[in-house]
Amino acid sequence: MIQQDVIKVGMADLKWAADGAHLRTTGLGSCVGLTLYDPVARIAGMAHVMLPSSEIARESTMNIAKYADTAIPELIGQMKAEGAVIGRLAAKMAGGAQMFAFSGQSDSMRIGPRNVESCLEILANYSIPLMGQDTGGNYGRTIEIDSSSGVLTIRSVQFGIKEI
Amino acid sequence: MDAFNRFKAFEMDVLKEVGNIGAGNAATALSRLLDKPVDMAVPKVSLLPFEEVADRVGGSEQVVIAVYLRVEGEAPGNMFFIIQEDAAKRLLGQLLSLDCDSTGSYSEMEMSALCEIGNILAGSYLSSLADFTHLSMAPSVPSVARDMAGPILTYGLMQYGEMGDSALLIETTFLEDREELEGHFFLIPDPDSFTKIFQSLGVLTE
Repeated sequence: MIQQDVIKVGMADLKWAADGAHLRTTGLGSCVGLTLYDPVARIAGMAHVMLPSSEIARESTMNIAKYADTAIPELIGQMKAEGAVIGRLAAKMAGGAQMFAFSGQSDSMRIGPRNVESCLEILANYSIPLMGQDTGGNYGRTIEIDSSSGVLTIRSVQFGIKEI
Repeated sequence: MDAFNRFKAFEMDVLKEVGNIGAGNAATALSRLLDKPVDMAVPKVSLLPFEEVADRVGGSEQVVIAVYLRVEGEAPGNMFFIIQEDAAKRLLGQLLSLDCDSTGSYSEMEMSALCEIGNILAGSYLSSLADFTHLSMAPSVPSVARDMAGPILTYGLMQYGEMGDSALLIETTFLEDREELEGHFFLIPDPDSFTKIFQSLGVLTE
């Protein structure tokens, strides 16, 4: 078996990969795993976004990889520095689930759908097309993107493996 | 999150006692249900980076059974009762004489039974805690999931997300004699609840 490089992207973290390396993030619940891919430069980027907007941040030193509205521009910036071109980028994303559902729950508990909405909005601002998504539901996901093909593999307990 | 780093050893001990009293009562409830002794490990109170929370139950991708309850009232928070799959099957076998197949699938009946077990245990945890602190704490309707530990626990950490990259949680582990029925209780008070818990117990915070 050929062993590929797999780069782990943590929670509230973002990374890019090239030369056939894979990017992987585990345990997406209401978080969104957003990936960008430049098929010409063969550079892939992944952000594990936890919250929709940095406006609600109350922390002293803000982690820009945590919020959709700061993580995506940062990821684009890092990928551009490595030779990716914005006009060629295509996005895929997974996650944004609602792990437990209750009636009358507060907005802060609806975080999954809000993360997805926020990511879509920011992608639209950059005119980056969304090539595929596997979002919503009430289950967790682990995702991995191959920087040589841009294929995103999604694994979940109930539904097994899926590729988009 | 800097606020929590300043908690003194004494305050951490108070929170340990909170876990001890709550889980102690829950362990008694479980012991009555099973009609056999249930042991409990010393509670752990830790300020953990989000990444490491799921490591406590076998890692982010470990499949577990989790019962989740939202705690409402004067000191709101999130509560999880988490058990491994083999322990869940054993629990069902002992309690309900349900002859469970050891494959990964659960019937609706089995999930519902596990949810109710979690509900009974969490209820006794919270009611003893409410008595001890004289704060009102009421559990929401429970819900149960069989999924990866990472996304499940992260759900309870969201309130901390906007404040930093770690959460303070009170953890207790059950052990059923030598069979090691490992059950984990996580009480994750909302960030603002700590002051209320300390005040009600007469611990002076500046």
